[in-house]
Amino acid sequence: MKIYADNAATTKMSSAAMQAQIACMEEYFANPSSLHSLGQRAAEQLFAFRESVARCLGAQAREITFTSGGSEADNQAILSAAAAGEKKGKKHIVSSAFEHHAVLHTLQNLERRGFSVTLLPVHENGIVRIEELRDALREDTALVTILYANNEIGTIQPIEEIGAICRERGILFHTDAVQAVGQLPINLQNIDLLSLSAHKFHGPKGVGALYARKGVPLSPLIAGGAQERGKRAGTENLPAIAGMAAALEEACAHMEENAKHIKALRDRLIAGLQTIPHSALSGDAHKRLPGNVHFCFEGIEGESLLLLLDARGICASSGSACTSGSLEASHVLLAIGRPHEVAHGSLRLTLSRETTQEEVDAIICAVTEVVATLRAMSPLWRDLEEGRREHVL
Amino acid sequence: MYYSETVMEHFTRPRNVGVIADADGVGEVGNAVCGDIMKMYLKVDEEIISEVRFETFGCGSAIASSSMATEMIKGKTITQALAVTNQNVVDALGGLPPHKVHCSVLAQEAIKAAIDDYYERRGNRQ
Repeated sequence: MKIYADNAATTKMSSAAMQAQIACMEEYFANPSSLHSLGQRAAEQLFAFRESVARCLGAQAREITFTSGGSEADNQAILSAAAAGEKKGKKHIVSSAFEHHAVLHTLQNLERRGFSVTLLPVHENGIVRIEELRDALREDTALVTILYANNEIGTIQPIEEIGAICRERGILFHTDAVQAVGQLPINLQNIDLLSLSAHKFHGPKGVGALYARKGVPLSPLIAGGAQERGKRAGTENLPAIAGMAAALEEACAHMEENAKHIKALRDRLIAGLQTIPHSALSGDAHKRLPGNVHFCFEGIEGESLLLLLDARGICASSGSACTSGSLEASHVLLAIGRPHEVAHGSLRLTLSRETTQEEVDAIICAVTEVVATLRAMSPLWRDLEEGRREHVL
Repeated sequence: MYYSETVMEHFTRPRNVGVIADADGVGEVGNAVCGDIMKMYLKVDEEIISEVRFETFGCGSAIASSSMATEMIKGKTITQALAVTNQNVVDALGGLPPHKVHCSVLAQEAIKAAIDDYYERRGNRQ
């Protein structure tokens, strides 16, 4: 029996989502752009799914553009806002130091095209400071893009306040809400652009959406057709969209009870891991996603930790799944001030509504033992314990 | 599978882990900032490595490379140990992913550092 604790990387599809997807494949296989009756029935379904996603977010159907996932939505949101800003001579963007790479790499590409980018620090608690955001805004700021909740350490940003400031200053505000949608109630009041991804809330992979407030111009990344009102060419992935809509409906209908269940397990797991000496929870203990537990353990390296956990049937992550295979310490952990040698010893455990208390207790036991095993063979740990190096945690 | 069976075997059940309190040579390579440190301890008896132990802070392939390297030099002469290359370690492990090959380089360097330390100590004694 495997214990799955990597829900920030992806979640298991719910049976409701699978059933919706299969039913769609059987019933609505026609192309929604076709004029015949089967095509029009598919088009009606597409509209119904769009309304369903919009309703869960508190948006209008026409404000939802379906994409291939969160990364595409991030790219399109930022490039659209940059293009709109450029027309008015505004070429400055404010973001944070610990965005997902879908945002950071898009911003780096814009910098090569002459944009300037300010990355706000996130401090030890993993949260941007409103006064620093205010100070960073300029006359030529075209966009503020701050993630809703961080994908590695799970800290939740003051999105409503950030949005209010942007609105007041007439600056577009985008948030990468990939980790938040389906987990947290979303208030779109001051948000202009929002990215989401279905597979983070028990929906299918390869599908997501970009919310763009009415009047916010979107430029297509993919040319070649009039689908999605000209914002994204290509025949719509209707079955995946069906699965996403069903998963989101389900997640939103049970959000409160799920959050309560998952948070209780999260706090139990945090308390259990905190008994390991010279370990530290990463980021704020309370302003974090219901299912996110992220620790650094001194004297050991994260990959060996997670492989030994895997050998004991526990699926975890040392950070973001997107950067595994990279030898660099996590930019997120460096951003919250962890030194390199500590940032290497990281472990992310992300829970879902399917996680049980027995699983959490088994994780606590396994992590405690594996950390001890690795420390026993670590010369760095010996140096720390024998006083040749100072403990940081 | 990300790692070969041999890598996983040496990683999950590493050979020769530990410290030799009265070692004749000790070598430490790598650094904490980069995420791997290897420390090798040798006992040398008439130019033969009679005992070897290691401690490693690092990823699975760093631990497996250390374990394999110690197996490859145990009971060998110093000359034979110095002839072990990182490629020998990689081959013995059944291959390493390309971005993990540096772990085998570290193992080769740790052997050399421990032998250098042995010669240095012996030179000082004479």
